Amino acid sequence: MIQAFHRFLLLAAASCVVSLAAPPAAVAIGVDRPLPDPALEARARAIHKQLRCLVCQNQSIDDSNADLARDLRVLVRERISLGDSDAEVLDFVVDRYGDWVLLDPPLNVRTFALWLGPAALLLLGAGFAIAVFRPQRRSPEPASDALTPEERARVKALLERDGDAS
Amino acid sequence: MIVEVGHYALILALALSLVQGTFPLIGAQLRYAPWIAMARPVAIVQFGFVAISFAALTHAYVVSDFSVLNVAMNSHSAKPLLYKVSGVWGNHEGSLLLWVLILTLFGATVAAFGGNLPPELRARVLSVQALIGTGFLLFMLLTSNPFERLVPAPTDGQGLNPLLQDPGLAFHPPFLYLGYVGFSMAFSFALAALVEGRVDAAWARWVRPWTLAAWCFLTVGIALGSWWAYYELGWGGFWFWDPVENASFMPWLAGTALLHTAIVVEKRDALKSWTILLAILTFSLSLLGTFLVRSGVLTSVHAFATDPSRGVFILAFLVLVVGGSLTLFAIRAPCLTGGGLFAPVSREGALVLNNLLLTTACATVLLGTLYPLFLDALTGEKVSVGPPYFHATFVPLMVPAVVAAGIGPLLAWKRGDLAGALSRLRLALVFALAVPLATLMFAAKAPMLAVLGTALGTWLVAASIGEFAERVRLFGASPRETWRRAKHLPRAVYGMTIAHAGAGVVILGIVVSVTWETERLQVVQAGESVPVGGYEFTFRGVEDVRGPNYDAVRGIFNVTRDGDLVTVMTPETRIYDTSPQTTTEAAIHPTLTSDLYAVIGDPDGSGGWAARLYHKPLVNWIWLGAILVAAGGIVSLTDRRHRVGAPRRKAGRAGSGTARAARA
Amino acid sequence: MRLSYVLPLALFAVVAVALGIGLTLNPRLIPSALIDKPVPDFSLPPIDGRPDGLAAADLRTGEVAIVNVFASWCGPCRIEHPLLMEVARSGEVPVHGINYKDLPRNAMAWLKRYGDPYRRVGSDRNGRVSIDWGIYGVPETFVVDRRGRIAFKHVGPMMPEDMHQRILPLVRELQDR
Repeated sequence: MIQAFHRFLLLAAASCVVSLAAPPAAVAIGVDRPLPDPALEARARAIHKQLRCLVCQNQSIDDSNADLARDLRVLVRERISLGDSDAEVLDFVVDRYGDWVLLDPPLNVRTFALWLGPAALLLLGAGFAIAVFRPQRRSPEPASDALTPEERARVKALLERDGDAS
Repeated sequence: MIVEVGHYALILALALSLVQGTFPLIGAQLRYAPWIAMARPVAIVQFGFVAISFAALTHAYVVSDFSVLNVAMNSHSAKPLLYKVSGVWGNHEGSLLLWVLILTLFGATVAAFGGNLPPELRARVLSVQALIGTGFLLFMLLTSNPFERLVPAPTDGQGLNPLLQDPGLAFHPPFLYLGYVGFSMAFSFALAALVEGRVDAAWARWVRPWTLAAWCFLTVGIALGSWWAYYELGWGGFWFWDPVENASFMPWLAGTALLHTAIVVEKRDALKSWTILLAILTFSLSLLGTFLVRSGVLTSVHAFATDPSRGVFILAFLVLVVGGSLTLFAIRAPCLTGGGLFAPVSREGALVLNNLLLTTACATVLLGTLYPLFLDALTGEKVSVGPPYFHATFVPLMVPAVVAAGIGPLLAWKRGDLAGALSRLRLALVFALAVPLATLMFAAKAPMLAVLGTALGTWLVAASIGEFAERVRLFGASPRETWRRAKHLPRAVYGMTIAHAGAGVVILGIVVSVTWETERLQVVQAGESVPVGGYEFTFRGVEDVRGPNYDAVRGIFNVTRDGDLVTVMTPETRIYDTSPQTTTEAAIHPTLTSDLYAVIGDPDGSGGWAARLYHKPLVNWIWLGAILVAAGGIVSLTDRRHRVGAPRRKAGRAGSGTARAARA
Repeated sequence: MRLSYVLPLALFAVVAVALGIGLTLNPRLIPSALIDKPVPDFSLPPIDGRPDGLAAADLRTGEVAIVNVFASWCGPCRIEHPLLMEVARSGEVPVHGINYKDLPRNAMAWLKRYGDPYRRVGSDRNGRVSIDWGIYGVPETFVVDRRGRIAFKHVGPMMPEDMHQRILPLVRELQDR
């Protein structure tokens, strides 16, 4: 049985077209019927896209064929038509399934590194990139290419002497 | 019997890979010519053995030899021949065998056609290749033997996942692997260069064709996967930011960065250690992808019930290969002295910016993919990272990259003239402003992001063509002069133009299809008409259909435009005999400017059927653009400087192994 | 500057360690959001052919209880079923059932065939109540404490060690409280 699951190995896009043990279709909460009001339906769809399907786990409930995903879609529509705000609908689902269902992870202590990571990486990379543009010096002492006053005086003296000779 | 031959050939291949992984490497170090020379024949024979092994497994699939566990689990006698063959790599063990086959094929190609490489470099490259192969062969023989017998043999197989019985997916994995494994060449060259302590223009020219070829394959592989998701999953989506998708996307991003930075090494002798690092990272990400898919550390449909011992093995291998190569990098890379200096505004500068953005984007995808795992490992808490995160982080990084991709090619090496480049691109700028302005004026809805997206896509296409026109003096020179210039332009320039324009086409396809798609989600009754994006879909009802190995419910929609019948669309829901699996078969009618897309769902119990109907403008541009991107790579691959015999190390540093041994 | 050459290796080490820990975790397991929360308000009718049904009030009787979600179409449910039978026979703790999206006739036949460990069973024909319980895969098993709070949830079929080393010890601890 274990090997049987390996057939799924190559699926590029995880899908939930396949339900291994699906309940009979006739006993769903309802059919995927859009809300008559387009504005409400648009809100419902936007919420669907933010909720992770618990069965297939890599799709939003908006594009999952899983039975539970459809039930949740119907439920979201139901809450919306009852007058819930978007936040209330999301809370309704989070209360039952936890933060895990939110595809857009909220910024909090746990996701701090996640949300700030890209910017930090970009800055780090930019730091390296800027280092590339700075002329690389062969000598380790950074002050070495500036002349001290004494050196300058010597150069001047040397140049003057050369000038005299010519 | 044939099966045992295949198994035995695999063991012999392992023995040879051990030989190939050690002797040439030591030989190159000791300047001992016979061991150096060993690499070539051994690499070719090793490929031969793996090919025999692969042929044996394919034979078992074609004749449906169910006494082989792998065949019994993944095939079925009633399957069409094409899917019996593709079934070979439609499972864990067989796909590993394909991996190794491609790996040894690349090695054999270097051995056979790498006559222009210095023997020591070639020996080291082949040894590194063989060491990677050793790991995979061991992995296969110890944990995932495709030739395991099953006693007693069942009368028929368990069939292949119906989702995989699809031409798009039959060829998706081979392309993906050609890409993944192809990057092992860049990796091997990088390690060989670290050992030698030398990276120069000639090295960059040798690596380039391999990287380019791998990258083209990967581009096609990803595009095929996305196309499959689009038409097979039945939701009209083409990219889901699934961990497995990301696993193939990360090496692509890193590989794209590598292709660009290798140019700087070749032309300007700069950014050497960075290029080496990218070569290592690109292949490491390919290996990481393999780990993620096969170990079950991340959820994906394939992640459940994987064997933990496999995960441990791949992780150990990953640590050995990636950890080892990065250690070598840490020790040896500081010896690689950088070459030419350049100003921030220059071709090199643009390529550095490209690399900065592409690698940050790649790191962001990596962070998003692994973050749930990190958090779970550290705190035991669960979090989901989905498309909204990737859109919010990935897209902003791509915006400046696209802008720079239009300007960069017009900047001179060392020190460029930004104002001059922009003035030469003024026509492209006009286009990039006019198209979004037109959408603002004429489109029913035009969200700012979509307007910006169309501007960017148009800009990249127009700037790429503009840059080409500029090179051939399309305006301002006689047609004869233009023709002469066009004839003498290197193929690499053509390749770049095509690939950049292709990327612009992809952007336009994504932005336009996502923003201006029309979607109708509706419960329809027979006879009911639904207007979708200027077309009228009339539902005529459903019929039960019997397919070769499935039962289907087929919905019938007459599609008309202004009263004229355009097409009849017949989406299906299929239930396969071999498993309780249901699949949706979307009906897609492509037109020049858009796709019509129909899916039939569940009955509502009172004569109505749930249906999803879409009109998706320019959606095919996504794949058309991806084909252009890959085509650009192929054109670039035919560039004169990559042809066999062309690249030579600079005089004075060149020489055969014996000559250098004598010098030493 | 030399340090920057070691940076990739250091970053990889971090990733490798995380991947190593990751191998020991199960990413499909989603912790219940309802732990330490009262059981949801619900009332389920019986399966046709049984007298009882299940409601929130049945779980607030001051008794520790196990609530098991099952279905006749669910293959893995058969794996854990003997364990539930064993617990029911011992009488140590009542086992209640939620029959998830099942046809009554199938459910009754299934209970007849494999044995009926449940004190009360509620039939959740459309799965609506199960969503209130945060169920996402069958079978799932809950432990409810004396005050009617959810103390523990197990997802997937229970193995003997799950029952004997986690669930029953927890039940006894809660009973002693």
